[in-house]
Amino acid sequence: MRRLFLGLGLLSVGPSVRPSAGQDTSAIDRGVRIGIIYRPGVRPGLVVLPGPAPALDSVRVIIARDLDLSDRFELITLPGGDSIRVTAASPALPGRPATGGRGGAAAGLNYPLYQALGADFAVGIGVAADTTVLTVHDVAAGGVRREVRTKLPPLKDAGFRMAVHRLADRILEATLGVGGIAATRILFVMDGRVYMIDQDGADRQLVSSSDHQAMSPAWAPDGRRFAYMEFSAGHGQLFVQPLGSGKRQPVVTTGQALDFTPAFSPDGKTLAFSRATEEGTDIYTVNIKDNCCLQRLTVGRFSDNLSPTYSPDGQRIAFVSTRPGLPQIYVMAADGTDQQLFAPFDYGVTGSSNAPDWSPDGQSVAFHRDVAGTLQVFVLDVRTRAVRQLTSLGRNEDPTWAPDSRHLAFVSDRSGYRQLWIIDLETGRIRPLLQQSGARLPAWSPRLPETASSTP
Amino acid sequence: MKRLPLILLGGIALAIAAACGGGAPPQPVTPQPNADSIAALERARQDSIDRAAAEARAREEAERVARQRAADSLAAMGRTADAVRTMLATMIHFDYDKSNIRSEDAAVLDQKVAILQANPNLRIRISGHCDERGSDEYNLALGNRRATAAKQYLVSHGIEAGRIETVSYGEERPIAPGHDEAAWAQNRRDEVEIIAGGDALKQP
Repeated sequence: MRRLFLGLGLLSVGPSVRPSAGQDTSAIDRGVRIGIIYRPGVRPGLVVLPGPAPALDSVRVIIARDLDLSDRFELITLPGGDSIRVTAASPALPGRPATGGRGGAAAGLNYPLYQALGADFAVGIGVAADTTVLTVHDVAAGGVRREVRTKLPPLKDAGFRMAVHRLADRILEATLGVGGIAATRILFVMDGRVYMIDQDGADRQLVSSSDHQAMSPAWAPDGRRFAYMEFSAGHGQLFVQPLGSGKRQPVVTTGQALDFTPAFSPDGKTLAFSRATEEGTDIYTVNIKDNCCLQRLTVGRFSDNLSPTYSPDGQRIAFVSTRPGLPQIYVMAADGTDQQLFAPFDYGVTGSSNAPDWSPDGQSVAFHRDVAGTLQVFVLDVRTRAVRQLTSLGRNEDPTWAPDSRHLAFVSDRSGYRQLWIIDLETGRIRPLLQQSGARLPAWSPRLPETASSTP
Repeated sequence: MKRLPLILLGGIALAIAAACGGGAPPQPVTPQPNADSIAALERARQDSIDRAAAEARAREEAERVARQRAADSLAAMGRTADAVRTMLATMIHFDYDKSNIRSEDAAVLDQKVAILQANPNLRIRISGHCDERGSDEYNLALGNRRATAAKQYLVSHGIEAGRIETVSYGEERPIAPGHDEAAWAQNRRDEVEIIAGGDALKQP
């Protein structure tokens, strides 16, 4: 609203002057200012236009929320909601020819007005017959940048929300040329079961299929399968399970060892994991297509090596090793050679570091580190090997990257109990993903393929 | 009771005599049973019944005593097995983020060595556990170290390695529900469970 007020105030000055991007420091959690790259005033303004079709209000709400949660726009709220629909439709407004044929607020938008409100982009959502029409306006250029026509599933269909999320991601492509995270989901563990939830907190569902205690879910890069570990009969067993099916495949095992922390290689053919035996814990890989060819990558003897995470090019694996005494973040070639320290630390000063996750753009590794007896989320810059602390409020752990490499989901007890949160590293904005105690070990999906949108 | 019919008979006889009236007719001499011999017979009969009952009671008592003796000895055996089982299940505990056996826990493990030696068919599983403070997944590795540390102690004291399995549950199975030092200290532990040969445990 403050933003809008600024925009309206500037209307008299002239539409060519863009209002300042309105740095809302109240939105930045006081615990996460450290190390955030905050660039005020560079986010483009975007307005989701009210439309003539009330049936599409749910679509409009989901899309507006997705665009807001992308943290890439200043979302502009129009005053009065429905009233502007009437005003905008009035022929008294100049520069707006009477239309109605192209579905919703399509052609002939009053660009100077929206520009004056601070909008760089305007999104209209309309309907033509059984097709939903999404129109992305470039307000500065004064024209339509892209029109997307799609047939959405019925509102009550299980695939409806994901289809709408996909539209939101199309808007990001059309406006900024970047991939979104609206059509993604997050796996996590609660009460020993694996659950899945949309990134906007909707559609939570149980996906693990047995009563045994489960841990460490991990997405396959195709977004159609996931791996996880389960305790059974005195050992830890890994499974790979297609989504939307309970038919899981056990991953090769000795039937004795404790196998845990699975991680898919980027080509989806290999599963790296930790295996605890009486010799200690070491990292292995297995060919999951043929369930064969077990290979041991580390030989710890007196140290433990665990929690592998692949670089997106598949060439390297970051992992945790206790070879310096306390667990710290190491890196090796994907075949196990060239093992070296990855995240620098001060011997005897720096606390334990664990749970690394390599970002999809390859530039960062997120992990958590013990700071004064509690855990905090850190990010390692892969090129410079500089480490920065992201969180400081409460206990924060087990970070997992969104496919845009700028959002992280993690576990925090900042609200009094442990639950899942999402932080945007660019703006520092932080939001709870799930208002439920006990959720942990999150794993953020890649951008999900079309077929994965419809769930059972 | 047995005498009642005789009295009744006498009564009836008197009534008949009275009804007939007249002088005293000669009393009919009916042979009277010897009351003393009846009593003696009765006593003898009763005595034999009592004797039989006493014998039965004695037999029962003997059987009961025998049963009790057997039960007592079984219970004693059971108590021994329970005691051994309890000794075997005694947990050992660890310092935060450590997996070395504390000196005070060495005695607990020595007991387990003795039990395993006295019961050659006994096989056990040691599970390592952690408190909630560390990293969830790292704790699986740490719990594994803790279970393995106890196993290594037992093996180094002469127990065959094949008789001991190890497993780690990390921080997934706390026994103390709290979130304080006392609860954490209880949760950093090794548990021992019997996986075979635990039916008739002998005391070491």
